Formats: sequence, structure tokens, C-alpha cells
Amino acid sequence: MAERKIVDGKGSFCPGPLMELIVALKESQVGDELEVLSTDKGSANDIPEWVRKVGHEFVSSSEDGGVWHIVVRKAK
Amino acid sequence: MKILIVGGGMGGTILANNLARRLVQELKSGKAQITMLSASDKHMYQPGLLYLAVGRMTPDELYRDQAGLLEPSILFHVDPVEEFHLDANQVKTKSGKVHTYDLMVIATGSRMYPEGIPGLAEHAETFYTEASALKMFKRLQSFEGGKVVIAVGVPHKCPMAPLEITFMLHDYFKDRGMSDKVQLHYTYPINRVHSLENVAKWAAPEMDRLGITYETFFNMKEVDGDKKVVRSEEGGEVPYDLLITIPAHRGMEVVEQNKLGQNGWIPTNRTKLNMEGRENVFVLGDTTNIPISKAGSTAHFEADTLGENIAAMVKMGTPVREYDGKVFCFIEAGKDRATYAMFNYQTPPDPKAPTKAVHWFKMAYNKLYWVSARGLL
Repeated sequence: MAERKIVDGKGSFCPGPLMELIVALKESQVGDELEVLSTDKGSANDIPEWVRKVGHEFVSSSEDGGVWHIVVRKAK
Repeated sequence: MKILIVGGGMGGTILANNLARRLVQELKSGKAQITMLSASDKHMYQPGLLYLAVGRMTPDELYRDQAGLLEPSILFHVDPVEEFHLDANQVKTKSGKVHTYDLMVIATGSRMYPEGIPGLAEHAETFYTEASALKMFKRLQSFEGGKVVIAVGVPHKCPMAPLEITFMLHDYFKDRGMSDKVQLHYTYPINRVHSLENVAKWAAPEMDRLGITYETFFNMKEVDGDKKVVRSEEGGEVPYDLLITIPAHRGMEVVEQNKLGQNGWIPTNRTKLNMEGRENVFVLGDTTNIPISKAGSTAHFEADTLGENIAAMVKMGTPVREYDGKVFCFIEAGKDRATYAMFNYQTPPDPKAPTKAVHWFKMAYNKLYWVSARGLL
């Protein structure tokens, strides 16, 4: 059954939220949703760009109190 | 208090010595006891492998006897843990001995895992073990020219390694008079040449200046050794004559076997450094799942924090400070210039232009490390 997993990349300059997402996707099942938490506003552009390029599914992006919540779904 | 440290790498060793110095009276009186369990009687200076791979260090420079690095008050056993029984506050070692503890620190480190990418282990050179670094150097010596591709897996140990090996390879081939015969091509998993934005802003023009080509959003999918190409998850395909990899890493198998954390990374509180859900188990260095660089300096600064906190817990029953995410990484920008990046959870790094002075400080630190491991620096 598909799950939603939190990838907490707040305060992570290195490796950073996108790399944390790449690792988390490897450990997930097709259909799983991952919600990346990031304090880097660049993530709101970088993550959807990579997700589309690699062929996963971008679900949503929102900002709350300086924390971006970016949801993606593993598609392959 | 019986303190058990599992792992004798950089983090475990610095912590053990730090604690032994802070708890001299308690260790003498028997109020505290420090035991270290390690898989080896040797201690390796892992950053030295980078230099070994390009012929700038020899293997003997990488090692010291572990027992000689430790304060005499530390009980040291070469007997790796095979079973963790957290509910019983005990571990069982390879020899079958059971050690009980009041407080345990797990610092077992990480290992490269090239096997996760088909063809990578068979066809790429790397430098994360003594044997692989020596093999890589011999391959470099016999290389007569062509396209050298640097490919990076995630997560990996030492975030500066991809850049450092690239710049050091540039100088290696230049010194051999092969610059016109070698094309260095750097790949990186995200949309810039380094995860740290300010480091990427420095490194990309440096690569342009040196004639090093690069492409981003390149996550290895497979290596075809017959066709000599590496393919990416993003649909890219890069031919190579020599493939150098910074492979993905995993935590140690014993962590996975005991179901302490997926892929060997233990869920860890990012400021208190305790294992999630456990008040008397702490995690150090590469072994944590904290979204932070897997680097020796990370382990060092975490060990400093834990040393203060555990000593305070022995003396007054409570920790005294939190880990702020501090990391300090030297960045070798070739054979004779270097810079550095220092950052924490709140503040990004601001690396300066490389200088010879920083390079020579790094050379000095390669020797000073042994003082650091003893808990003196």
C-alpha cells in the first residue's frame, strides 16, 4: 500500500533537500508519496525540475512559515 | 555509569578520548567506565585515501595502532558487535561476549556500495578503501589518454570528494604532460556542480577555466562496460575511457541486520544526537540519518558535543548543549591549492578563492589528525 513519507531536509545545506529526496526515492516503492521539508526556497524550483526530468510525478508545493513542503510521487 | 562506544573510527575515538579526559576522577573511582568495541586494531585516516589514489601518500601513512591512540583508562577490545539488544541494554560481540551498558554510543560508520548500480563495481575505479585507491592509482599510471568521467552516487561519504578528485586528476595529468590527451568530464546528481550553492558558484567557473566539462542532473543508472558508457536515470548517456566513481554509501551491515535503521542509517535526533525513541543510545558520524554531510569533521564536532554532554550527564545528570550542525571541510583545488567550507544548520558556507596557504594547512592537518584523534585538538 502506498505511503506518504516525510523527508526532513530543513537546515540541510549539504547534501541538501534534493539529494535527500533522491536517496529517499531509492528506498521507496512505486506509488509512494514523499513530502520534502526544506528551508531552502530554491527547492521549490529544483525539486520539481528534477522530478519531471527523471520521470517521477510532482504533486504539490506550498510554503508555511519559511518551510517549503514539496510532495512528489514515485512513478517508476 | 557504564559507557559503551561501538566503533573505533574518527567519531568513536575522539569521543572516547574526550570523555576519558573529562572523567578522570570518575574513571579512577569506578563511578564511570568507558569501553570501546571495534572491528580493527588499526585506525585509518580515511581522508588520506584521496592522496593515495593520485600517488601523493603511501598506505603506511594512513594507519596507527588504535590502542596507542586511546587514553589508557579506556577499555578497548577488538571484538565487533554482532547483536544489539537495546531493551536489555546489552550487546553481543563476534566472540560471543555480552557487554552491558548504561549509555551506548553507536559510531560504526559507513561503507561504499557500488553494487547498487549495475556494472559500476566491475568497471569503475574508486578510492574509498586502501585496495581500491591503490588499484585506481595503478590504473592512472597506465592510462594513456582519453575521456575520464567522474560519476557520483548518493549518499556518499565526504561531500568534497567529487570536486577534489576532479581537480587533483587535472593536476595529475598536467604533471604527466597529458593535458592535451585527457578530457575530464564531471557529472553530478543535482542541478549544479555541488550541493552547496556557494561552493558550486566557485567550482563551475574553476572547471571552465581548466577545461573540465560537466553536466548536472546525472544520477547513475547503469554502467555498460562493453560499450564503455554510463547511463543516467535522467536519460543521459556518457561514453568514457576511464570511469572514476564516488559511489553511493550505506551504513554498516550490522546496523541493518539488527533492524536499527534502513540501509544502515540510524534515525537520530539532529541536535541531541540520541537514537530516536531511545534516551540512552546516541549515534555519531556517518551512522546517523541526519541530513548533513557524511564527513570526518561532522563526526568530530558531534563527538565534541557528545563528550561534553555525556560527561555532564555523569557529573550532574543532564546534558548541557545541543549540536548545531557544524561541519568544516577542506576542499583541495588541485595539487597545491585549497579552500574550505564551514557551515551549520543555520548558516551556509562562504568559500574563498583557493590558496597555497590553505593547502599547506590541509597538509599539516593530515599529520595533526593523530593529535585530533587523541582528543587534544
